[in-house]
Amino acid sequence: MNSRPDPDELLKTIQAEEPARGKLKIFLGYAAGVGKTYAMLEAAHQRQEQGVDVVIGYIETHGRKDTEALVNGLEILSRRQVEYHDIKLPELNADAVIKRHPQLVLIDEFAHTNAPGSRHPKRYMDVNDILDAGIDVYTTLNVQHLESMNDVVAQVTGVVVRETVPDRVLDEASEIEVIDLPPDELLNRFQEGKVYVPDQAQRAVEKFFRKGNLSALREMSLRRAAERVDTQMRNYMRTRAIQGPWGVAERLLVCVSPSPLSEKLVRTTRRLSDELNAEWFAVHVNLTSKPELNPANVERAAKTMQLAEELGARTRTLTGRSIPETVLAYAKKHNVTKIVVGKPIHPRWMEMLSGSIVDQLIYASGDIDIYVINEQPDLKPTKIPEELRPHQPYRRYLFALFMVVLTTFIGHFFHTKLEPVNLVMLYLVSTVVAAIYLGRGPALLTSFLGVLAFDFFLVPPYLTLAVSDTEYFITFIGLFLVSLVVSTLTARTQEQAEAAIQREAHTSALYTLGKDLTSATDLHQVAEIVINHISHGFGRDAVIFLPESGKLKMYAATAGYVPDANEMAVATWSFEHDQPAGLGTDTLPAASLRCQPLKTARGQIGVLGIHSKEDGKSLSPDQRQTFFSFANQAALAVERASLAEQARQAELLQATEKLQTALLNSISHDLRTPLVSITGALSSLREESLNINQEDRKSLLETAYGEAERLNRLVGNLLNMTRLEANAIHLRLEPCDIQDAIGAALDQLEERLGKKPIVVTIPEGLPLVSLDFALFGQVLVNVIDNAIKYSPKDTQIEINVTETDEEIDIQISDRGIGIPEEDLEKVFDKFYRVSRPESVNGTGLGLAICKGIIETIGGKISAANREGSGTVITITLPKVSES
Amino acid sequence: MTIYGLKVLVVDDEIAIQRFLRVALNGQGFIVSEANTGQAALQAITLNRPDLVILDLGLPDMDGIEVTRRTREWSKVPIIILSVREQEDDKIAALDAGADDYLTKPFGMGELLARIRTVLRRQSTVSSEPVITIGGLVVDLANRLVTMNGAEVQLTPTEYDILRLLVTNAGKVLTNRQLLKQVWGDGYDDLHILRVNVSNLRHKLEPDPSRPTYIHTEPGVGYRLKSLL
Repeated sequence: MNSRPDPDELLKTIQAEEPARGKLKIFLGYAAGVGKTYAMLEAAHQRQEQGVDVVIGYIETHGRKDTEALVNGLEILSRRQVEYHDIKLPELNADAVIKRHPQLVLIDEFAHTNAPGSRHPKRYMDVNDILDAGIDVYTTLNVQHLESMNDVVAQVTGVVVRETVPDRVLDEASEIEVIDLPPDELLNRFQEGKVYVPDQAQRAVEKFFRKGNLSALREMSLRRAAERVDTQMRNYMRTRAIQGPWGVAERLLVCVSPSPLSEKLVRTTRRLSDELNAEWFAVHVNLTSKPELNPANVERAAKTMQLAEELGARTRTLTGRSIPETVLAYAKKHNVTKIVVGKPIHPRWMEMLSGSIVDQLIYASGDIDIYVINEQPDLKPTKIPEELRPHQPYRRYLFALFMVVLTTFIGHFFHTKLEPVNLVMLYLVSTVVAAIYLGRGPALLTSFLGVLAFDFFLVPPYLTLAVSDTEYFITFIGLFLVSLVVSTLTARTQEQAEAAIQREAHTSALYTLGKDLTSATDLHQVAEIVINHISHGFGRDAVIFLPESGKLKMYAATAGYVPDANEMAVATWSFEHDQPAGLGTDTLPAASLRCQPLKTARGQIGVLGIHSKEDGKSLSPDQRQTFFSFANQAALAVERASLAEQARQAELLQATEKLQTALLNSISHDLRTPLVSITGALSSLREESLNINQEDRKSLLETAYGEAERLNRLVGNLLNMTRLEANAIHLRLEPCDIQDAIGAALDQLEERLGKKPIVVTIPEGLPLVSLDFALFGQVLVNVIDNAIKYSPKDTQIEINVTETDEEIDIQISDRGIGIPEEDLEKVFDKFYRVSRPESVNGTGLGLAICKGIIETIGGKISAANREGSGTVITITLPKVSES
Repeated sequence: MTIYGLKVLVVDDEIAIQRFLRVALNGQGFIVSEANTGQAALQAITLNRPDLVILDLGLPDMDGIEVTRRTREWSKVPIIILSVREQEDDKIAALDAGADDYLTKPFGMGELLARIRTVLRRQSTVSSEPVITIGGLVVDLANRLVTMNGAEVQLTPTEYDILRLLVTNAGKVLTNRQLLKQVWGDGYDDLHILRVNVSNLRHKLEPDPSRPTYIHTEPGVGYRLKSLL
């Protein structure tokens, strides 16, 4: 056995010990009146004496004197007043707590449900925010408010508790203190009126406060706390790699179906897993052969899975051809030891037809234990909400009726010419038509009425339901069965087709979005594409929020839509808590904006919002799914774009840094070198003791003068570069004779050219080109100067001008050493100099300036190597504004 | 032409520049006086009547171009601009205001002296000689006859007008605007036609039009006929 601590476990434990998040202490009781609030206040006073900064976030004293006395001496934060139906409801002000930022805050009634219109529907969510802010929290909770205890409590006491908190909250609490009081004593207190009870709930409470109930609840709370202590102990031993008394780790798996009863299965499994201290999985299987088409069912299964996740399960939705096979394959892969399934509620005969899932599971389970749980409907089975009931307009049935009447008329017309057996076909046709166009119910009605009408009107004796020939009964049954099968099949096909269309729409929406996004190169385009797709796809306004210097800001939205402050708050909350918020979610559901955080592997990067235009209707489950997929795609695209942006920025920064370094190098070297020579020459001449002869004097002066000129060129180049970079060059376009420009350039270079042969070829009748003559002249001077510098003295320089319909090419070719292939592009970069023997000096700016100028004029410049040896610089000028 | 004893006014606010100009010009036999503001320069021009003004554009109190303009209101004294401004716009503005030449700092003393000589010579020969000879080019102004190396060159009236202007101002840069105005008249600013005519003129006069020896282009500014060959 490997007894080293598992690194993952260790990390988890360390995270639990992480001090950054506030610590939660829960005072757990089993009923109102056991003294949770009192105990909490006492503990708070103790902490305050130890010097801890304690404030009261929210306390209900219910007028109890002893409790009120304890409140004194503690700072009480103001509450939030929420107005609801003209009643002012006081609520915990989480923002005020976070702003005040004490070390410890007391918040009563952990499971409280907030007034409508609050940020979170539940107080424990507010507490979560406070804990996130690094503030410790003391709170009180009754055991019946725990999610997994909910149904047990209901069974035991007959009272359904609506205010629940997920069990994980208890697990996440750093400390739990059980406030215990023997039930007899509590009952005494209750009878003495010491237990606060709201007037309207008097009777219910009386029913609740019975000794049996209280004892059961007390046991539950004690057991729950004991379980926790046990868990802590195990954690402790595990982190220190102590071989414990526990056996092979149990792993449970619960199968979740769309049935409303699955919820109970999940809760049961949670309790089971707690008792066994086992990890547990919740699995839902989508059958490929029989996909779930009813959106209500899909939604319910998803909800159950969510519940399982809240209760601490590892959830997984699988796709397979058969439920038992898929579940068992998954279970075996994950070393599951026990599988929990519901006891089937189908009638026995149906199972005989289709085979029982439970039987199949048991048959193939091997080592795995199968727990079959009785899925009794809960006290109050979840009602299917009104809008989810299938839509059944009565008109379809009227139509069905009309079809039967029509068929009977036609049948009556033919009944003298055709055998009744063939007339049956007419009814069959009408049934099929009804099945295709009207749906299953009307089809069944058609077939039923059809049989009656056929019997009544077309089978002798006519106008009675009596039948002369008993063979017709077979016809009736045949007709009815065929109608039944056809209508069922047709309706099913129809539903599948509709679902397929919907899936298709979903897929194609995603596909086109994906396709469009691949073509987007920057963040702006990405945002625009996402917004467009959502606006069109959902017919609603869309908005993208991105963080900017730590604060979430609107980045892009559908034209004409600007989120208001409330909606901004929804988006901000969604971003900060990395959860969906707004319309149709648990957080701020009153807003008309629904926000989905844009999440990638590197964390959340923004928020996508969808705004219902006026009706305030939330998205259908299908739409929600599509929206979710959109958000995923958008997140990836936004991330990609912002990464690209960052890369560009980094590159730019690097280039700038390189430029600065190069500039500094250039300045320190190229500016100083001539100054060294000048100063050296001049100071030598000044020194009378040196006795320099006439010839040396002259040579020194020549050196100084030459170097001064070089310095001047460098400064000129730097100035030009700066002007180009600062866009401070104003083009003075004028018609320009290329020949004239070349002549002027050669004229300027006369001294440097000396006797170097130059051949200029210019076609006759070359049109004038609109150019900035002076700038262009400078380009020519730089390029020709390079040709002079980098080629042997007596080799020829050729200047070739050629003309096409749209462009004029000027090629300046030398017979120098050429440029290494890999440097051909780079020679136009600033401060780039091809590594060459030291003999030639330059600033590395000449060609960069040329490129800058030529591009400003609208032309192109490129370098190539000549056959043999040498370089060709080609300047291409557009012929545009010649006219 | 003698320059000995000619008065030169150097207008510059840089002591170092004044100093080396004084040394160099004195060495050439000029009598040098100095001014370091525009006002002082205008005063000195009025009082001392110098034979030549060397003028910096960036003066502490007013722009050199303004000094040129005010001087030209009453005096034809040759003005050579010395400036660090190398943009063509500045050159054109100075030349259009009436400056005779424009030299960008830093400059070689040899170059400056050559320009001074050119300006002074032109001053002394203006409209007095009917026949001007530059190298192989002979222009007989009285007879409107142009010969190159002894052979007569046929010019259009426009080409002749341009050449005449360039020849009579040999050594001086004529801005495009000055040429357009004097050949075609006021309000005519089609550079296109000037370029075409100069190009034609070159083809008729120059041995190699791609490397002109007579008519030189000052990129972005104008044209200058070389005075000495």
